[in-house]
Amino acid sequence: MLWNDEFETLPREAIESLQLKRLRQTLERVNATVPFYRESFRKSGVAPDQLKSLKDLERFPFTLKQDMRDNYPYGLFAAPLEQIVRIHASSGTTGKPTVVGYTRRDIEIWAEVMARSFAAAGAQKSDVIHNAYGYGLFTGGLGAHYGAEKLGASVIPMSGGNTRKQIMIMEDFGSTVLTCTPSYSLFLAETVRELGKDIRNFKLKTGIFGAEPWSEQMRDQIEAALNIKAIDIYGLSEILGPGVAIECVEAQNGLHIWEDHFYPEIIDPQTGDVLADGEKGELVITTLTKEGIPLIRYRTRDITRLIAEPCLCGRTHKRIERLSGRSDDMLIIRGVNVFPSQIESVLINIEEIEPHYLLIVDREENLDTLEVQVEVNERAFSDEIKVLQTLSNRIRGEIKDLLGITCKVRLVEPKTIARSEGKAKRVIDNRPKA
Amino acid sequence: MKVDQISIFIENKSGRLAEVTRVIGEAGVNIRALSLADTSDFGILRLIVDKADLARDVLKDKGFTVNKTQVVGVEVPDRPLGLSRILQVLDESRINVEYMYAFVERCGENAVIIFRFDNLEEAIEALTANGINVLPGERISGM
Repeated sequence: MLWNDEFETLPREAIESLQLKRLRQTLERVNATVPFYRESFRKSGVAPDQLKSLKDLERFPFTLKQDMRDNYPYGLFAAPLEQIVRIHASSGTTGKPTVVGYTRRDIEIWAEVMARSFAAAGAQKSDVIHNAYGYGLFTGGLGAHYGAEKLGASVIPMSGGNTRKQIMIMEDFGSTVLTCTPSYSLFLAETVRELGKDIRNFKLKTGIFGAEPWSEQMRDQIEAALNIKAIDIYGLSEILGPGVAIECVEAQNGLHIWEDHFYPEIIDPQTGDVLADGEKGELVITTLTKEGIPLIRYRTRDITRLIAEPCLCGRTHKRIERLSGRSDDMLIIRGVNVFPSQIESVLINIEEIEPHYLLIVDREENLDTLEVQVEVNERAFSDEIKVLQTLSNRIRGEIKDLLGITCKVRLVEPKTIARSEGKAKRVIDNRPKA
Repeated sequence: MKVDQISIFIENKSGRLAEVTRVIGEAGVNIRALSLADTSDFGILRLIVDKADLARDVLKDKGFTVNKTQVVGVEVPDRPLGLSRILQVLDESRINVEYMYAFVERCGENAVIIFRFDNLEEAIEALTANGINVLPGERISGM
């Protein structure tokens, strides 16, 4: 269902001329108000008035997460604090968090793109939206909340945690749409089973999941476990929060990025060169309408490709392919690039184990080691050692076939791998930092 | 003729074995025989107890992975070649022993060995046909 008929189906030429106009305004805005950008444009020998076509953007410098840290907390804001009405920050697992500020208009646009995203996922006014994204500094909770209200749905501001209560509310209040991280949705499903409840008695029909990469196989598993359609949503706090791109329920094939507000490019992460549509590389986004903290060519570290072909849903906005991982999450193990999502895609097809896993990377005698911990479930467990050994050999073999590296598989007792209520922690890297 | 055996997945870390025995002990379950098969990472504890269903339920409640299988308790004459003769019967009948372990208690003058076979029915038939005493399940768990 379209939320904003006019903008969601703008002809390509109209999208591109709108993008050019807005891009020019954004460049002028940051050049005038953000010393960091004025300096970085000067160093690169570029100026906003040199942007004659969209392609000219390639000459402008990138913005990195580190630039946000260096300008902590408000250095990249392009609006004075009296115009900022909301501040969010990323979790900041490594050092200081990255801080973002929103003007009133930013908040309105966020609600608009989030409402579009809900509608694209098939949600409507009559839905009860159970929002289990965390409320707080994290953008997920409030971002989804405002969009759900804008859509006109009934939103339940659950936030994360307190899983049993979530399930009671979901059942009693007749929640129809669930928003949370994909890993938390599986934990919810597991708890529903443990409580002896039948998911078919719930009214849930759609789940909108994001904030961490998840595989197509995990989608099948979530859809089966919760008896819903699972839709992938994309966003990042630096750019806005949730609602930058979403799959349409019609095709479920790639995520429409709202191109009237965000300008996407795909680059080679090594050279920084812009790649053609269809080629895989790092997603770079320039905000087109943001006032609080506009970002120019922000390197998301997310690996995907752009799909320019028209979609059967009628939306004219390009799609990004489902993420194959973040270049940040990428592990280099004995020289091989490994994304946790690749290992997940192996594990999730093995029905004798639970969909929870932990990767432990270490170094022994100058050699990287990878240990994959998985939980044994009752379907797999046998009184015979050889059955379990066959299982761990099979997992090791399939990972070796896919990635070409040998790992150690450790079978652990059920429920011993920590369940997350937000973003799942899948990797522990014990290697000494270089 | 068959005995219920419960088996429990145990990670190779300190305290797990103690936890299993504590959980079933507090439920009033008495262990009749046990064997532990282990690898470097995990082990499988196999138990013959007086109340198999109760033991399984309390362990499951505590989050253990538990499985119930059926095994056979065989009376073995307590003298040289006693066990050998039984194994020879099984071999001649082409019955594969998955694993076996000894029972703590004796049955009169005889020892008792627990056997796990891939084909339980055939094994019982071959043993009884050769005059070897397979003990009834109630007798074993009540010993």
